[in-house]
Amino acid sequence: MKISKEEIEKIAHLARLEINETQKEALSGQLSHILAYIDKLKDVDVEGVTPSSGAAFLNNVLREDQLSGSPGPDVTLANAPERDQDFYTVPRVV
Amino acid sequence: MDLHALTMANAHKLLARGKISSVELTSAFLDRIEGHDDRIEAFITVDKPGALAQAAKADELIAKGLQSPFTGIPIALKDLLCTQGVKTTCASKILDNFIPQYDATVVAKLKAEQAVLIGKTNLDEFAMGSSTENSAFKVTRNPWNLDHVPGGSSGGSAAAVAAQFCCGALGTDTGGSIRQPASHCGVVGLKPTYGRVSRFGLVSYASSLDQIGPITRDVADAAMMMNLICGNDPKDSTSARMDVPNFTLALQQVESKSLRGMKAGIPKEYLDVEGIDPDVLVLFDRAKKVLEGLGVEIVEISLPHTEYVVAAYYIIAPCEASSNLARFDGVRYGFREHASQDIIEMYKKTKSKGFGPEVQRRIIIGTYALSAGYYDAYYGRASQVRTLIMEDFTKAFDQCDLILSPVAPTPAFKIGENTGDPLTMYLSDIFTLSANMAGVPGISVPAGFSSLGLPVGIQMMAKRFDEMSLLRAGFGFERALDLKTRFPVLS
Repeated sequence: MKISKEEIEKIAHLARLEINETQKEALSGQLSHILAYIDKLKDVDVEGVTPSSGAAFLNNVLREDQLSGSPGPDVTLANAPERDQDFYTVPRVV
Repeated sequence: MDLHALTMANAHKLLARGKISSVELTSAFLDRIEGHDDRIEAFITVDKPGALAQAAKADELIAKGLQSPFTGIPIALKDLLCTQGVKTTCASKILDNFIPQYDATVVAKLKAEQAVLIGKTNLDEFAMGSSTENSAFKVTRNPWNLDHVPGGSSGGSAAAVAAQFCCGALGTDTGGSIRQPASHCGVVGLKPTYGRVSRFGLVSYASSLDQIGPITRDVADAAMMMNLICGNDPKDSTSARMDVPNFTLALQQVESKSLRGMKAGIPKEYLDVEGIDPDVLVLFDRAKKVLEGLGVEIVEISLPHTEYVVAAYYIIAPCEASSNLARFDGVRYGFREHASQDIIEMYKKTKSKGFGPEVQRRIIIGTYALSAGYYDAYYGRASQVRTLIMEDFTKAFDQCDLILSPVAPTPAFKIGENTGDPLTMYLSDIFTLSANMAGVPGISVPAGFSSLGLPVGIQMMAKRFDEMSLLRAGFGFERALDLKTRFPVLS
């Protein structure tokens, strides 16, 4: 299965990645190669098999709500790339 | 006495008897790191002042008789584990300035026992890789031969233990990232059962596969580390509510050097895998005989879906990664590309400049496989195949206590040898991926050396929550094999 450069572009947009022409070319080749290998999954008879999303015991974990302290804005925002007082700031959204 | 050669257990004995101090021990490691890590490049961050302060505090406690088995013992941490106040980069440019506000649960446990946290080790960016060549900062070299990779993704932790830069280390394993570098560096690595160890504070790569585990000089130290890090944590809802046995006591009961009554299965499909190095086969065969000599009965078993493990894994892991790594968007922490007109452009520029090529590749694969029209064909089908892989293991463990295999098809390859073709690199994970897919524990124990003098390990897997069998068999094997050379000479 060949993944075209246009498809790579569409997927990159969904993933919020900006990729240049050279990368598109390389990714199109690499992805086609990897997905061709992954196509072997089509040989497995999975009729009626329940999918597994993991190996954890799927018990609900419940507890009473508890009040606890907040670290406060200076701790919470300490790694903010940009902030304005107690808020994160981002470029224009609308 | 070479302080840097001490195991965790021996260092503890000497500290407790007052024969050495933690400051002396910690300084010995720091000196060794200073002398040799410019060539090995195991560490991203060495916390010299922090380590010396923790060591001084540990010495005060020991003087008062208030020590635990970990007090004053220098431990290295893979730089994927959050450490409060100490930079945690995941070997990525996107987090090169990230200082966590909290400790991972495993880190908090080590601190509560007054261990000395000596530094943060290199890895493949976000744990995506098998060679530690995908780090944004440096390529770690194998201490046994600097032209070779240490394996990955916990290559820095494995190299640090092998080079005797610390008594022991923690790594993480999503598809072999503890066991494979341990094998390549000649040390012991254990991936616990999924849910055995809290993942709180471990930066997520593929949440249904990730587990934290020990990388140590010997099996007894791995048991000691397991005693501390295992157990339920309210902060991780997937951590199991299971009793944690005293793994160290169980080893002390392996007295007669006999593992009589244990059965080890060898999957017939594993030996059909193409491209297994002849040296690996010879050492595997010898390991089998050593185990037989201990009374282990070897049986042939079948894991019929082995052929599909790599394909299923390289859908499931990138799908989970594409979702997990969406959080690195330049808003709350980490790198942000400031020259952006609007928020979508800011996300795109931040991610593209912040993530390296392998991370971007896996995000693209995952996004593709989860996108409309492809979900059922890829993620859906891979999850069904995962069920079949899990069932293979359940059936296999009806016939045996352990599953025995090589860890990797070859000894550590040369730096740069496999970087051109991602698929070839993925295929080398064939023996280790299944344990993560099925959630079972696996251990890598040194089994000897290739003709080029590179270490090679063997892998044992066991039923879920039966790390005890892995440690008992690993301990027996290690003692019976009794390798004369255990650590490289650093030039």
